[in-house]
This record gives sequence, C-alpha cells and structure tokens, in this order.
Amino acid sequence: MAYMHIGKNFVPPDVPGKVTGRIKYAEDYAREGMVYSRLLTSPIPHARVLEIDASEALAMDGVFGILTADDVYPDGEPQSTGLKILTNEPTLVGEPILALAAIDEKTAETAISRINVTFERLPFVLDPLESLVEGGANAYPGDQNTFVFRQGFATEKWTEDQVASFRAGNEPTAEPQQTWSLGDLEAGFSASEFVYETTFTTAGYPHHSMEPRSAMAYWEDGKLYLHGTSQSLTALADGMAPIIGVPKEDIVFINAATGGGFGQRARANSIPSMAIPAKLSQKINRPVMMRITREEEFTIGGARQGFQGWIKVGFKPDGIMSACDLYIISDNGGKGGGGDASSAADCIDVLYQPDALRFRGTSIGSNTAHRGAQRGPGQNQIAPIIAPILDKAADALGISRLEIRKINAPRNGDVAGPRQTPFTSAYVPESLDMATQQFDWEGRQARRRQRNGSKVIGLGLGQGYHNAGRSGMDGIVTMGTDGRLKIHNGVGNLGTYSYASTSRAAAEVLKMPWENCDILNVRTDNHLPITSPQDGSNSIFTNTRTMFGAATDMLNKMKEIASSDLGGDPSDYDVSNERIHQIADESTGYTYAEVAQRAMELGGKFTGEADLPEELAEWTRISVSRLAGSAFMGVYHDPRHEGNPPGFTVTCCEIELDLETGKYEILDMVTIAESGTIVHPQGMENQLVGGAVWGIGLSGYERHLYDPQNGLPASTGYWQSKVPTYLDTPVKIGTGWVDLPDPENPVGARGIGEPSMGAVSAALTAAITDALDGHHFATAPITADMIINHLAGTEENAAPLAQNNFRG
Amino acid sequence: MNPKVTRRRFIKGVVASGAAATTTGVWYAANGQNRPGGAVERLIRINVNGQMRSVDVAPQETLASTLRYKLGLTGTKLGCNRGECGACTVLVDDVATYACSVLTHSMKNSRIETVEGLESPNGDLHPVQQAFVEELSPQCGYCTPGQVMAAVALLRENPNPTREEARHAMSGNICRCGSYDSYLDGVMRAVQLG
Ligand code: FES
Ligand code: FES
Repeated sequence: MAYMHIGKNFVPPDVPGKVTGRIKYAEDYAREGMVYSRLLTSPIPHARVLEIDASEALAMDGVFGILTADDVYPDGEPQSTGLKILTNEPTLVGEPILALAAIDEKTAETAISRINVTFERLPFVLDPLESLVEGGANAYPGDQNTFVFRQGFATEKWTEDQVASFRAGNEPTAEPQQTWSLGDLEAGFSASEFVYETTFTTAGYPHHSMEPRSAMAYWEDGKLYLHGTSQSLTALADGMAPIIGVPKEDIVFINAATGGGFGQRARANSIPSMAIPAKLSQKINRPVMMRITREEEFTIGGARQGFQGWIKVGFKPDGIMSACDLYIISDNGGKGGGGDASSAADCIDVLYQPDALRFRGTSIGSNTAHRGAQRGPGQNQIAPIIAPILDKAADALGISRLEIRKINAPRNGDVAGPRQTPFTSAYVPESLDMATQQFDWEGRQARRRQRNGSKVIGLGLGQGYHNAGRSGMDGIVTMGTDGRLKIHNGVGNLGTYSYASTSRAAAEVLKMPWENCDILNVRTDNHLPITSPQDGSNSIFTNTRTMFGAATDMLNKMKEIASSDLGGDPSDYDVSNERIHQIADESTGYTYAEVAQRAMELGGKFTGEADLPEELAEWTRISVSRLAGSAFMGVYHDPRHEGNPPGFTVTCCEIELDLETGKYEILDMVTIAESGTIVHPQGMENQLVGGAVWGIGLSGYERHLYDPQNGLPASTGYWQSKVPTYLDTPVKIGTGWVDLPDPENPVGARGIGEPSMGAVSAALTAAITDALDGHHFATAPITADMIINHLAGTEENAAPLAQNNFRG
Repeated sequence: MNPKVTRRRFIKGVVASGAAATTTGVWYAANGQNRPGGAVERLIRINVNGQMRSVDVAPQETLASTLRYKLGLTGTKLGCNRGECGACTVLVDDVATYACSVLTHSMKNSRIETVEGLESPNGDLHPVQQAFVEELSPQCGYCTPGQVMAAVALLRENPNPTREEARHAMSGNICRCGSYDSYLDGVMRAVQLG
C-alpha cells in the first residue's frame, strides 16, 4: 500500500533538542524557592524499623521536614509485592526509609546523618534456593519468602534433599506454585529421537537507565506539578494520582524526555519514589527536588529476575520439537513481582510450537534489588538457554541448524501459549530466510570452528519473540481554524520515538503534510488521551490504532459537514491537499481551515461537547471535557483486537573466540525483524541495534553481585554489572525487516523493542557454544573466566545454580 | 603523541578512585553546596563556550556541578557522577573530559566547551549535531550530549577516522539504549558533512 507517511523516515520533533542539550529531563528543571530532598536508605538487607529519632535533624537550620512511611501509609504499608514509597520493613539494601528536605543537599545529607534509626536486624538471604531449604532465611515481611496471587505473602519450603538434588542437575521433585501444560508430554517424549535435559541459570541484573529517576514536584492552586521520568505519559499520571492521593484532574505530569526506560519506568507502581517529592512538597509547601544517585538508581531502579531452572526437550527424527518440560525457580528479589518464568515457557511454545509443553514455576524472594518488567521479561532469559539445545538436536538428527528452526517455526494461523491464542499474523520462516540470506549463513558454514592460532570461529543463529500489541485505549485529535492538525498523544518519550511515529497514523488518514501537524505531548495538561503504558513492545500497535481511529472520526465529521453544507452524501467526499472535497468535483469543498471553522460554528459532537464514545477512560474524559468547544475534534475509543500480535526477530552472528583469554569478538551480526508494516525505518533500526546491545549484555556481561556476608550489592555501577560498550559490540550490525502488514492494525504495524534483544542473545550464546565444540554452559551470562575455567578443566568456585554471585 | 591528557589516561585515574567517589558524602560535597570558610578563592573566572564567566565555586566542586547548577548549562548530563559513563563529557582544551570528575578550580586556565557552545551564531547545528539528527543517532538522548562532545573531540584530532577508529575514540561513552551503531553512523556522516 502506498502511504504518505507510514514507512518513511522523518525527524521526530525532539531530536534537535537531544543533540543540542536543550531538551529537559526532570532534573534539569528548577523552581523558585525549590528545596532539596535526600533519602535515608536501609544499610542492611532485611530489617524492621523500631524507632526514628529525627529531633536533632529537624532542629537544624535549613531543614524543612521529613517524610516517613507512617506519613505516606497512615493505615499501614500495603501487604503487596513491589516497591513502597517508603518503608519500615526494608527487604533490600538501599530501600528508602525516609526523606528529608532542606535548603540544599549538603544540609539534607548532614541532617540525615543526625537521624537515629533503630533497626531490628532480620535474617537475610541472597539465593532463592537457600531460602527454599527448610530452615533457610526468608526475604519478605512476616518471615515469608513468596507471594501467591490473590492470597498474599506465603512460605514455600523444599526438603534439603530436594534442593540438593536440583543443584546436582536433576529435575525438581517439589510441587510448583504455578503450572500449565499443553498436549501429551509423555507421548511427546516417547516419540522423541533426541532428548536433552539440563539445569540452567540466568542472572538478574539492573536496568541501569542512564538518567537516574530524579523528580521535582510543587503544588499550585491545589494542583500537583510533577517533573519526573517515565516510559509512559498519561498511563503514568493515571496510575500515579492514586499513589500520591490526588484526584486525576489535579495532577500534571511533565516529562519531555526520559533517559532510558526498559520496563521499570512504565507504570506508576514501578516508580513510587516520584511520590516522595510530591508528598514532601505538599507537607512543607515548597517545591522539592529529589536527585537520585547512580547507587540509588540501582536499588530502586529495578532489575531482571534471575532463573534457576531445569529443562528437558525432545525432538522427533524429523526435527519436530515433540515435548518440552520446563521448571523454573524465579528470583523475585526483595520486593517480589514479575511473571517472567511463565513467559519463558510461553516463548518456547510460540517459537518452536512443540507438540506438548509443561511449565512449572515457583517464585522465591531474595534480599536483593527489586525485580519487575525488564526488556522481554522471561522470553529473553530463555532465549540463550534454548538456542544451543536446538543446535544440539540439529547436529544429533543430521538436520541443518536453519532447517530445524524452520521446521518448528510458527506460521500464520498457528496458536500458542496457555490459552492457545492465535497470532494476528506470523511470518517467521520468511524472517529466517531473510536473515540467513543477508548474512550468507550457508556460505559461512565452512568457517565453523575454524582455528587461527588460539582463535576459533563460532556461528550462531537465534530467535526472539515478545507479544507486541494491546488495544482498548483512546485517541484525540483537534484542529483549529488555522487548519493545522493537533495530535494529542499520551505516549511517553522513552527514546523509541513511538510518540511521533504513532502520530503519523493520524497524519496519514487526513493526508496531512507532516509540517502542518503538531504533536501535543510532554505534559499531561496538554489534554491527552489515556494510553497503555509504554511497555511490552506494545506502543506502535496500540497507539497507531487509536491515532488512526481519532483521525478517522475527524475525517468522517469533515465529510458530514461538507456534504451537509455543499450537497451530496458523505461518501462522495475525500481529502487531499488539506481540503475536503467531492471526489467527482474537487473544486467543491472546504479547506481544512474552513471545515474547522464550520465545526466550531456547529459545536456539539464536532467540538467534543456531545456524542462521545461511551467507553472513554476517565482520563480521556477529563481531557476532552477541558477541550470541549475550543476546537474541531476527533475522538475515538479503540475496541479490543482479536489474537496475539507478535514481534519476532532472527539474528545470525559470527564470533572469533580466543581460547587463551576466553574473550571473543563479534565479527559480524545481522538481525531481522518481523513486526508487520514498518512505520519508521530509522526508529526500527534503533530498536534492532539497541536490542542487540542488550542481548550482548545478557549473554556475556550483566549480572548481580552481592557480598554474601553482609548482603551488600557490589554491582551498583556500570562496571561491575558491565553494560556493553562500543568495544563489546560489533563495528556494524546489519538490520532488515520482513515488512508484511498485520491485519489487526490499520497501518499493519506491530512492536519490536523486546524481541530484538532475545534473538541476539540466542545467536551469540549459540556461537559461543559452537566455538567451544558444543560445550553448553546453560547459563547467562557466559563470562571470560567461565570459558577459561572450562578450557582449563577447572571447577568453578560457586555453588551450582547459584544466584546473585559470580556464577548467576 | 598528543601532549594533552588523553581520555584513556584520564579514565584510568577515575576508575582507580571510583570507590571513594561513590560515598554520598563526597558526592554532595562535590555538588557545590559545601560552603566552608577558609582561604580558598571562591569567585573564579572560567572560559566556557568562549565567554569568561565569573562563578562562585566551592573547594570540591566538580565542573559538571558548576556547569549545570551555577551556569544553567544543563545540556551536560550526569549519568553516574563517578567517571563511569561519559554522559557528562565536555571538552577541556579540545580534550574530551568527564566533567563529573574534574574540579572547577583546576579549570581556571582552560577552555571549556559544552554541547550548548557548538551551534554557530546563526543557529546552524554543528556538523556532528546535524549528522546525529540525520542518522537518528540518539534514542533516549540522555547520553547524547556526551556522545556529541566525544565525536567533536575525535574529529578535531582526526577529521577522517575509520569506523573502527571512531569506535575506539567513542568508547568512553556508554549508551544504555545501545545506540552505538547509530552514533557511529552519525560520526561517519559528520565526516562527510565536514
Ligand atoms: S556522569 Fe561523569 S562519567 Fe558518568
Ligand atoms: S540514547 Fe539512551 S543512553 Fe544513549
């Protein structure tokens, strides 16, 4: 289909501000009379606050007040998972206990040093398997170590033998908390020619978004103005209002740009710390800036769940995956939360369509950084574990590595997951072909395991998946009598430019030149519609639907006005060159400025004062009511879509691994997306290369390190949990996309942010395994020291399946 | 060999002192809000973006703090404030330097350039900025000013680098969004834009 905007590059309006430094992040703002807040955080991994004596601090000059958990939770802290704003029972080092506001940060810091907090130390645990053992310490409040949906905190224990057997590499025998299955597992394994079984670990690691989650707040005329950081805009404000305790109409969330969001900045309950300056400001009646340090960002910034798992996979002689049995203990960190393990099983079901699959999972807490959504939660952890298993099956069955993936690939019309949901569309074999051709996968096979001195070549092929689309949100567009299109977009600006690319769907409907469109975002008092949070790779799918719908509503209203004024039927009209005109006689019509003027004269439904969609969310209703009567308006509520809109990726890579140092260089990499129609090619490329860097980090570098004696985190910065740098990534990453439209989206688009990581991690791990003659570490990351130890035949100095230390 | 302090040598020094810099006490002392009395000269003049600026500087104040909180030049970002990420990169006498890890008092005889000083007087973007726009190099943009300054430093020293050389020259700047490929595309385009 020939589009005016979709599939074309453009300069998103915030880009010049990013290269000049003019765009403002939360901490770049200042306000007359602003004071500074500092946090007193827990120095120990698990404790109870018995007493806080702040009298000396409060008596200091320049100190304005403190905020404690008792202030923010007068009825007691909620007994749920997730970070609290402040807490009296910290379950991880660095958890905020109280905040203090003072004239400057130095005074605040000095005052905090004069506060006496009496803690009761409680036992702590860093490794979920240690907590699972009878008598092991428990991470959560009330001496509990898990959280059961709809039941609350609970305790889960295995016998010592059960834990020891699991650590020894055997299938766990304890009852799981959660299970689902598809097909006949026993029959699947009976039909298998090749069966592979292993335990595995994947490490937890921090988000490390580049911008720490600083926030500034002030109150004016009863309204809260909150400068913060979030992946989402209206979805964040909508959720943050009840956390702070302010009506939705009285919160203005301001966020021109967010310095990185990879899951943990999407929803209000993952950034409750933003409530601290808001509450403090309310209490002391001054603007409050809360700067967050890198160490604090580590603690409250969230982290990926680590896995301790067991997997058994069977393949038939023809390469079909006949059975997959998966048991995962997920490390839920200090605050619980996250459903990664089940998503990992779902991912295997999606990508390899096994005849039978069983998932069993148990979530256990540890007194480590809190866990939650993080780029492909579950799908990406399992990607580097499963890819080498497919290669082993291929080698054993005499099938090519490409072929075994094509045999098992999902296709249009297939279903997957516990509910056997059909895909909205799926073109994975096409993606495999495209990636392998662009990379010359077949041509390179001759190089596999070739030696050059101490260096050896490894080749890897990997796949990634994440569900990539939601629906049920709202859209608003307006037009003034100047004829310009205003696109009210509640999508956050996290660096994907989806706020701009989804707006292009509205411009497309009205065939509006981009230079005559204004995107209204940045602050929620720009009268924005509700959106789904910008997580789960959903924004492109979800919000092109709403933008398209709102612009279509405006188009229909234009046709109605024109036909009523100028004769004919609405269907006799179309738009071009910023005019609504008769199809048969283009001279009969209105310019956009004229039709907007007519809409203003007519009022009612044309200006948002009547006939609004009944299902509009409360947030959207507030925005529409404030706009009503002021502009020509298109309003839309998006109905639910059918099926699972998937995002797929395929990656090929070649590495050269040095057997003397354990280090490797990625010589070449190609990564291909299958995510429907591409809306913004440069944005797509950024998501692919950005995801690739994350995949490289997952496979080779990033992990949580904790001091086992005191439970202190050792990976609070960029070096200990090493974020890949320019030198850890390929000189150039090849990209491409299949670009076939998805029928459930009006412009054919689906998302890609998360699977872009999984395929790369899978391919890179497969390549490392390949270079090491098939040695399967069954772990992520695989670090240079692990490779060296393996090559030297040296035992690793870590408990099998350990978490939050050098091995896991 | 360039007699100026190289980035590599500089980073080494910073990493070695990283542990001390992580304590919050040092962090806030460095933030320019510590006002002890004493003989240290407070009001100093520094050359920022070609202009002499008088500024009241605390003894342990970092250049990043002065730029951001005294001079309002918030384009210089703080990602870690401890010499790990490069978000705060500025040019000191043409050398890419972590502004979070040098003291403003040591800058009295130096020429400091920040991202705000790159545009021409008529508002045209610097070729590196223009190239980064055209290649859509930034994602979230938080590391971008630092990446821009690192690229400007590189191209002043080597106007025609290979992609491999650019990769090494930029390697003191982390991008958590992983936009390295797009930044390198930007650097190579900037070479063409001149
Ligand atoms: S803020 Fe200076 S190196 Fe990170
Ligand atoms: S663009 Fe986000 S950290 Fe580099």
